[in-house]
Amino acid sequence: MIELLQQLTFLERGIIAGLIIGLICPVIGSFLLVRRMTIISEGLSHITLTGIAAGVFLSQSVVYLGFINPLYTGLLFSLAGSLLVEKLRQIYKHFQELAIPIILSSGIGLSAILISVTPSNTTEWFNFLFGSIVTVSLADLGFIFFTGVIMLVLLGMFYKELLSISFDQEFAATSGISVRKMNFLFAVLIALVISMSMKVIGILLVGAMVTLPVAASIQFAKSFRQVVLIGILIGELSVLGGVMLSIYLNIATGGMIVVTGVFLLILTMLIKKITRYTSGFRLSQS
Amino acid sequence: MNTHTNTPAVEIENLSFAYRNQNVLEDISLKVPHGSFLGLVGPNGSGKSTLIKCILGLLTPDKGAVKLNGVPVKKFDKWSEIGFVSQKANSFNSGFPATVFEVVSMGLYGKVGLFRFLRKKHKEKVREAIAQVGMEDYTQANIGQLSGGQQQRVFIARALVSDPAILILDEPTVGVDAKSVSNFYTMLRELNNEKGMTLILVTHDIGAMSEYVTDVACLNKCLHFHGDKHVFEDNKEEMMTAMYGHEVNLLEHNHDHGHHHHHHDHDDAGRGQE
Ligand SMILES: Nc1ncnc2c1ncn2[C@@H]1O[C@H](COP(=O)(O)OP(=O)(O)OP(=O)(O)O)[C@@H](O)[C@H]1O
Ligand SMILES: [Mg+2]
Repeated sequence: MIELLQQLTFLERGIIAGLIIGLICPVIGSFLLVRRMTIISEGLSHITLTGIAAGVFLSQSVVYLGFINPLYTGLLFSLAGSLLVEKLRQIYKHFQELAIPIILSSGIGLSAILISVTPSNTTEWFNFLFGSIVTVSLADLGFIFFTGVIMLVLLGMFYKELLSISFDQEFAATSGISVRKMNFLFAVLIALVISMSMKVIGILLVGAMVTLPVAASIQFAKSFRQVVLIGILIGELSVLGGVMLSIYLNIATGGMIVVTGVFLLILTMLIKKITRYTSGFRLSQS
Repeated sequence: MNTHTNTPAVEIENLSFAYRNQNVLEDISLKVPHGSFLGLVGPNGSGKSTLIKCILGLLTPDKGAVKLNGVPVKKFDKWSEIGFVSQKANSFNSGFPATVFEVVSMGLYGKVGLFRFLRKKHKEKVREAIAQVGMEDYTQANIGQLSGGQQQRVFIARALVSDPAILILDEPTVGVDAKSVSNFYTMLRELNNEKGMTLILVTHDIGAMSEYVTDVACLNKCLHFHGDKHVFEDNKEEMMTAMYGHEVNLLEHNHDHGHHHHHHDHDDAGRGQE
């Protein structure tokens, strides 16, 4: 396995990483969508930035901490942030969206401080912010692969439970599902998806990967299952299209993936409009 | 199902509950034996839904205890034996992309277990429950695009699908048309008679209800009456004044605190009184 991974070219590594992300982001996105929480990905990505900044700062300024990989400090902050959001949502029961700006502004504030005290070049930050496929190292791919596998297992195990509490928490509780444990699990999953995606897509663009594919799929989906499946299809298409274009045009990968996603979203909107128009036409004919 | 054991299906002992500092339930004790069909009545804001939530462990009482099949509700884990239709069942996000089939399936999730997806027999069960409430033509329809009464039927199917031994219904027929309501009551009576299902039904439709139930409980903060429905029928006038007489005070009390929860009118209850 490891050997196989080592033989990959940087491009293949990037594409595999992208495909894993394109698979998982829309699944998490589907649950966020029905819970009306897609915006959470924005808040968490900014707190992840704080974690990365902290990682870079520590590895550069404390000699014996030089081994720190900013991805892991990013994950740590993202986990803490996600649990904090869950806590804030409980405190502000009737104003749950308040949690996001609170987390988001704290995240950016702290990041600004940490970045300003860290001597580091701008390309590095640029890659973190907007994603880059050529910088996906073997270690990064390993990180993406293993978090991906863990998430797929967790999603497979708790798909039903997550769906049930997303639809109706009260009923879920009376069917024996522990709402508290599931919300905790879900918070962990969101944190994982954010830190997993950021190397390829970039911190500022992770939210798009979680949101765009399901925004497109919800237009056609008749069931939750379809939201997930069509979402995955569109997610993978965005990744493949984006990666191809970014290599071909030598442009930031994350940006290209997102632009492809937006393009697909607009396309689905048009298709929907046209099918509605023609079926309406048929109706008025008969 | 456990009709022959002596442990009651639901047992409430000296239960009191307050939202912040507003006492809603005071010293309620109630046993619901297996195989009985209890109608729970009382004016708006009398604490019926609160009591139901305490029974289901959704709220934790300040005093007293609730046992399901003899097991304290906090430790109870056989949730597939309990079916529940909430009063606010159709307050879900109406854009939710779920089909009737998916929603009714949720009633089986407690039974199916981790990892496993619905197998053939489960899917069969889901279809059966959908047919039981007469929604078979809408199996693949989107839940948000149904009428209020149709949605309510779907939620009833979701509660029935796991073949619960105890079925708890909080005003399940709000928005369901008159003919379907009487079909529904008949179905409940059959479940009660033939399968020995224990039922607790919260309703304002006192007239219709008393044709079907075996026992009645009258609640208004305290339990004013609990017993055989014939006893209730014979003393209906008294019960009503006892229960609804308090309501005037209760409403004024609510006004003072700015809590005013009135979604239902009293027509049904009023008719029962005449
Ligand atoms: N979430 C809540 N927070 C605070 N007070 C509440 C809450 N829910 C209910 N109450 C109060 O508790 C009292 C009982 O409410 P409950 O919903 O149990 O009444 P009910 O008997 O079910 O009424 P209805 O017939 O209208 O359904 C009411 O006075 C209400 O104001
Ligand atoms: Mg109620």
